[in-house]
Formats: sequence, structure tokens, C-alpha cells
Amino acid sequence: MNDKVKKDMNITIVGHVDHGKSTIIGRMLVDTGSLPEGKLEQVKETCRRNSKPFEYAFLLDALKDEQAQGITIDTARCFFKTEQRDYIILDAPGHIEFLKNMVTGASRAEAGFLVIDAKEGIQENSRRHGYMLSMLGIKQISVLVNKMDLVDYSKEVFTKIRKEFTKFLNDIKVKPKSFLPVSGMEGDNIASSSPNLSWYKGKTVLEQLDAFKAEKFPENKAFRMPVQGVYKFTKGGDDRRIVSGTITSGRIKQGDEVIFYPSGKKSRVETIEAFNRKNPKMVKVGQATGFILDKQIYIKRGDIATLANQEPPKVTSRIKTNIFWLGQKPMEMNKDYLFKLGTAKIRVRLESIIRVIDASDLSNSEKDQINRHDVAECILKLERAAAFDLTTEIAETSRFVLVDDYEISGGGIVDGALPDQQSWVRKQVYLRNTKWQKSVITSRQRAEKYNQKACLILVTGQPDVGKKPLAKFLEKKLFDDGKIVYFLGMGNLLYGVDADLKNNKDEENPNNKQEHIRRLAEVSNIMLDAGAILIVTAIGLEQEDVNLIETSVDHDNILCVWLGKNVTTDIKYDLHLPAALDHQHAANQIKYMLQKRNLIFTP
Amino acid sequence: MKHLDKLENRSVHILREAYSEFEQLGMLWSIGKDSTVMLWLARKAFFGHVPFPLIHVDTNFKIPEMIEYRDKLALKWGLDMVYGQNAKALESKQTFPDGNTSRLNCCRNLKTLALKNTLNGNWPRYRLNHEKGEYEVEEKPESFTGVIVGVRADEEGSRSKERYFSPRNRSNDWAVANQPPEFWDQYKTDFAPGTHVRIHPLLDWTELDIWEYIAREKIAMVSLYYNRGKGTRYRSLGCYPCTNPVESEAKTNEEIVAELKTGKFSNIAERSGREQDKEDGGGLEQLRRDGYM
Repeated sequence: MNDKVKKDMNITIVGHVDHGKSTIIGRMLVDTGSLPEGKLEQVKETCRRNSKPFEYAFLLDALKDEQAQGITIDTARCFFKTEQRDYIILDAPGHIEFLKNMVTGASRAEAGFLVIDAKEGIQENSRRHGYMLSMLGIKQISVLVNKMDLVDYSKEVFTKIRKEFTKFLNDIKVKPKSFLPVSGMEGDNIASSSPNLSWYKGKTVLEQLDAFKAEKFPENKAFRMPVQGVYKFTKGGDDRRIVSGTITSGRIKQGDEVIFYPSGKKSRVETIEAFNRKNPKMVKVGQATGFILDKQIYIKRGDIATLANQEPPKVTSRIKTNIFWLGQKPMEMNKDYLFKLGTAKIRVRLESIIRVIDASDLSNSEKDQINRHDVAECILKLERAAAFDLTTEIAETSRFVLVDDYEISGGGIVDGALPDQQSWVRKQVYLRNTKWQKSVITSRQRAEKYNQKACLILVTGQPDVGKKPLAKFLEKKLFDDGKIVYFLGMGNLLYGVDADLKNNKDEENPNNKQEHIRRLAEVSNIMLDAGAILIVTAIGLEQEDVNLIETSVDHDNILCVWLGKNVTTDIKYDLHLPAALDHQHAANQIKYMLQKRNLIFTP
Repeated sequence: MKHLDKLENRSVHILREAYSEFEQLGMLWSIGKDSTVMLWLARKAFFGHVPFPLIHVDTNFKIPEMIEYRDKLALKWGLDMVYGQNAKALESKQTFPDGNTSRLNCCRNLKTLALKNTLNGNWPRYRLNHEKGEYEVEEKPESFTGVIVGVRADEEGSRSKERYFSPRNRSNDWAVANQPPEFWDQYKTDFAPGTHVRIHPLLDWTELDIWEYIAREKIAMVSLYYNRGKGTRYRSLGCYPCTNPVESEAKTNEEIVAELKTGKFSNIAERSGREQDKEDGGGLEQLRRDGYM
């Protein structure tokens, strides 16, 4: 009997403050015999000492200050079991101030109960929580109309609430599993049906619980694994380089061809690694795993691993999203936030707000900021492109959070990938990467041979600040140090590689400048693949130009140096040098930066 | 996916997130079953390696087998083992066994204060030298910004309110009423200077899960957990003056699992053998706010 596979399920109970969630949970714990011996008596005794009437809710209010406030302030976890399953209840609190705790509890649940007070009726948070449950991706929702004892177990009251709330839920495309009349306080229809509700023929709460279906992991969708890290622990002579992460959808087998996004780089799974068990031949969704690649390519935390023969993820820096905001301070335009999707972490700004929806009555309003507890449709502009899926395709890789001032302050789902300035180049780069004939010499072997890591140094600034003389000086200096180094002026390309393009001042062809830069980036990519340190000079590069170059060349190997007193573009430089600096001094600073980043060795 | 696999995968995921996001990361190892399972999970996460130090707060009153087990495993598994203690309180005998303080105050001195000052590097830390097989004073101990702790939500009321990633402010306080949201496997990994984050990979595990996992993975626990012939065993480990064994015949992992499932312990709290919990209704909770595990 005990050998039967144990099933378990996370559930959440949400609803407006004081509508009786904790009481219902307390009642379920008692009625299923899930409390440790003496716990009930202990709480009853505490109540007696404090001259308070005993309530089941006190069982959950384990913390002193909670009892003082009389509201459940955080996601408590309770464990109980029925014949069918083990349940973990994530007790989500109802006070409006505590929406972030509700999100915490509800996001991990496979099913949810939404509690409505029969006497008070539908309240602001009843609707808000209904909306949030659907955004968080909880598909199984059952509504408990509680405190039926306070309305004389009236069928009319129950029916009215059911009708009204069903309409609201349908408007947000949620189909509730059921509506149950209950009384947590009196124990009606929780574990067993009640004569007080003789007109009701449906399920009890426990029956509804057991009727929820276990959430299916998205095993049949395209494979996605956000890379958590690339591990190489050399202790004890271990030379494995393991790409690790948790699979969020699909499955992968030994020998499968993988592509990493946003870079679009390709390799093949040589072995799937494991500890204290045999290396598996296949791993699937939900598993925290790791594998070794047969060709060494540069991958990093934040990339998403996918399979070459499946639908690729979207890659862009402009996304249409639905977000909910939990931060104390509103979300504003022209302010940097952090965007976290999978394991990627990218700076982001609010580009525009399409509409703000009041979650409690679904009315729209036009606003220029997103306030606490608002739900909004908006467009976000990422500092660099992210790889993701649309929520209608693979929900797991469409979910992200927003960080403001160290705190997770919002969450959202991506429902549209919008073109950005690099879209056209990216397409070309992916094709290039797919078709690229890889040398048998790895970049690591080249780096060891040349005593350097390939990199691109972009020297930019206003005209006539001495970019070219500095670049040439630096080239000579590194050359004399024995480095494989090459200087390339932007102008060197204009009359050769770019001969078919008009010059970049052509107003009618604004794309020409981008095409110049794309070609520069392609040439750079070849030089870097050859293992060289490449020094490029160009006038007044903007961040978009750098983004474009990064689309073709790994951005971790690109260093921007701004030369000249004032930085006149929006470029995010790695080093700022005043023009007046003598070449020796300036070149030393660049060299020092290369050493600090381990691109060349520190003597 | 099976229940234990689900738990294992989530814990491994959390450990890897912690490793990627915190530069000064350490794991508290109390030698007990929970943190030993956590250590095992770290070896799973990092394919046999444990790429951060293990920290033990030594009260000097631990049951001797615990220290023996700690050092044996540290050498065998190549662990970066570090310990700290409240030397001053021990020297001036401000302890319960010396008869000079209450049990709770003793916990505060030897555990809470020792932990706090070991983590922030204010008091000396001792690090295992694997070549010599002995501990040496650590040069310039740095403050940890991420501390992995093996608490479980089912242990006791206050722990059920924890997050996987739980921030502590400059004075080590836990702001229970104002915790960060945590959803979609996204955790609080950004933190202000001077604050640190506690990481709880075992939050969803129960005592039974722990023992079923130990049995499945065949992890050798410290012998105190098993009946070694006298008809008693420890269910929860701590300092010998305040921890009592329970009557039990269970000699193997499987017997412990069976005992927890169907036997006499299925309805008795795990920490019932820990005397300090009984001194004051909310004592443990207050200790936790002050930084106790």
C-alpha cells in the first residue's frame, strides 16, 4: 500500500480580506486529521488565556504579530492529505497591501480556491485575485461561497453571487470548475455534505480538491532550457564543461543538435551528466540537468538552449506585454528597471503604455505610469535582445519579472515580439551561424596558442580627437608585446567592402549607415574567429550601433572606448579617455582594461 | 514526476541560482539530517563538487559523534569546511550547562551570536586544511552575502512563512511582515550593500521526505539517528545538554521511514526532544528573527 506512487498538489486559497480563507484551511486540517497531536488544544489554550474566542484561523497564525493584526500576512504552507493525494496549501492572504504575498503563493499552485463571503458579496479583491490567478497561469479555479451560515444557507444568495461572478470570470476568459456553498466556521460542505445545504447536490471542498487534475508539465512542447551556468570544476582532475539548467519545456536526448539563443550558436549534446546515477540518455521538462557539448562554443548564463529541429524562440529587444505592478513606487517612463526572464537579466525601460486595466472592474484608463496593483498592457524596450516565447505558445518562457531598486516589483507575460532595429541583421546572423563551417581548431586552442582572447576594441568619439593615431599606437604597442592585433579604420571598409553602398550621410537611405555597420561587424566577426585582437575606429557611435555590432559579434568580447572630453551620444562605454591624454598613457589604460577582463594575461 | 524528484529538482535549481548570483556564498551545515541532505543536493547540483564553503557553528556542546562525522565527511568529499564559535561566552561560562543562563539565552550566546559574527567575519573563523587534516585560523574572513540554510516549512510555525530567498538587513533581522514576492522561479537575488540573503532550498521538504530521500540515495547519516542497541535514537540533533533521544527501535533508514509513516511518531512534533522550544511560547520565533536557524 505504501509503495503506491505518492501524488501531491500545490493549491492556493485567495480572496478578499476577512472572507474566511484561513478558517476554511483550519477546518480542512482538523477534518482531515492533519494536525499534530496537541496542536489544536494548544491553540485553544492560547485563546483561552488571551480571552479570545477560538477560531480555526489561529491555527495558521503561528506568528505573534500576525495574531495582533488579525490578518494572515504571508504565504503559509500547510500540509494535509486525502485518500488520493498529499496537498500543500499555500495560504494566500487577502489584505490589499499584501498582493505580493498572494502572488507568491498562487504562482506555485496547480489549482486555486477563490473565497467570497456570502454576506458581503463580491469585493474588489475577489475580482482582482480572479484576474491575477488567470495571469499567473492557474487554469483550475473553483469558487467557494463562504459563511453560508450567516445568510441562512440561502440558495438565492448563492445563485446571485454565482451568476455575477461567472460573468466577470468569463470576461477575462476564465472558466471556473465549480461554485461551492460552504461554511468554514460551521464546517458545512468542507469534508462532508451538510443537511443545512440540502438544496445543494454538488461536490464538497475535499471532493473538488481530489477532482482537480494534476498539472501536466509541457513535455510535448519545444525544448527550452534557460542556462543557469556553464560549470567547469577542475578539482580532482575533472575536465568536464557542463552546460546546466532546469528544463522548462520539452525533452532532449544525447546526440541532439542544440541552438542557443539569443546568439544563435549551434552544437551537439555529447553526454547528459548526472551525479550518483548513470548518465541518462534523455531528460525532460522539470528536470534540473546538465550536458556536455561536442563542440566548444561560447555560451553563458541567460542563454536559452533549444533544439535545432524545433520551432525557435523569438529574439528581439522590443516586446508587447501584460504586466502587474507590485512596487511601492509606480512604474514610470525613462527609468531603468531590470528584466528577468528565465536566467537572463537585462536592463529595460517602459516604451509605451497601451492601456491600464483596473483589475477589480476591468475598466480601462489612459495613464502615463503604472501604479501599485495595476495591471497594464505595455511595450517594453530592452537594452539588448532577449530570447523568449509568446504566452500563447510556451507560457513558461514567456514569463518575466521586473526589478526596481533591488526588489521584484512586477511580473508579466510576453504576448508579442515587435521588430527592433536589429531584427533584419539577426535573421542574417542566424542563417550565417547555421551555415558556418566550423574549423577543427577551437577558439580555446587559439587563445592558448596566441596567449590572448579574441576581442573587438571600438574606439569612438567626436571627429578629430585623435582616434586613429591612438588606435595605431595601441596596435603597435600590443604587436610589440607579441599579440596578434589588427587596426581597422571604418574608412578602410568604405571603398572596398562597402563599395556598392552610398555613403552613410545619404538621407534617403537611412539604412545605409546600418548596412555599413553590419558589414563592419561581419568583418570583425571573422577577425575575432581567427583569434585576433581587433581595433576599430569610428565616429560618434551610438548605443544602437553597438547593439547592431553585438548582434553579429559576442557582446562579451566588445569593449567601447570613448575618446574626448564630452560623451555626446548615448553609448554605454567601458572606458572614457580625455582627448588630451598622451598616447602612451591612453594605450596603457586600454591595455590595463584588457588585463582586468582576462583578455590578455597580466604579467 | 515523482514527489521526491520534484523536490530534488527544485532544490538543485535553487542551489544553482544561489551559486550564480552570490559571490560570497556559504552553506550552513549543522551535521543534522536536513543540512546533510542539502549538502548532498549541492553535490548533485554541481556534479560531485561543492563550490562554496560549508559553515558550522560549534557550540562546544555538540554531541562528539557530530564533530567526528563532520570532519570525516569534509575530508572524504573535499569540502571547504569552516567553523566559528562564541569563544568569549564559552570562556566566561555564560552557558546553560555551566548553570549561568537559561536555555534560550545559551542558544542566543552560542548559536545566534556565534552565527552572526561568524557570517560577517567579525570573529575568527577556522578553516580545514586538507593536507594537514586540521583547522587553521582563516586570514581576513569576509562577510557572506548569501547563506544557504536547510530549514523546512513543516518544522514549526514561523518557518512556514519563509521564502526560498529571504533577505536579512544589516542587523540580521528578518522582516516577516514585508517579504519580497517570489514567483515563476524568480528570486530575490539583488540586494543592497550591507544586507544579505538566506537561501532555503529545503523549504518544501517534510521530515518524511528527508528520510525517504536519505533511504533512496543511500546517504550515510551520523550514527546518532539510529538505534544502536539501546532502544533509543535521536530524531533531531543539537547540543547534548538540551537534546534527548527518543525511544525507538529503528536501526536503518527504511525502519525510520516506516516509523515516521505509520508508527508512533506520525503525530508527534519532530522537535519535541528539543528543550529550548518549551521555555517560552514564541521563543524560537524570537530566536529566528535574531538570526537563529
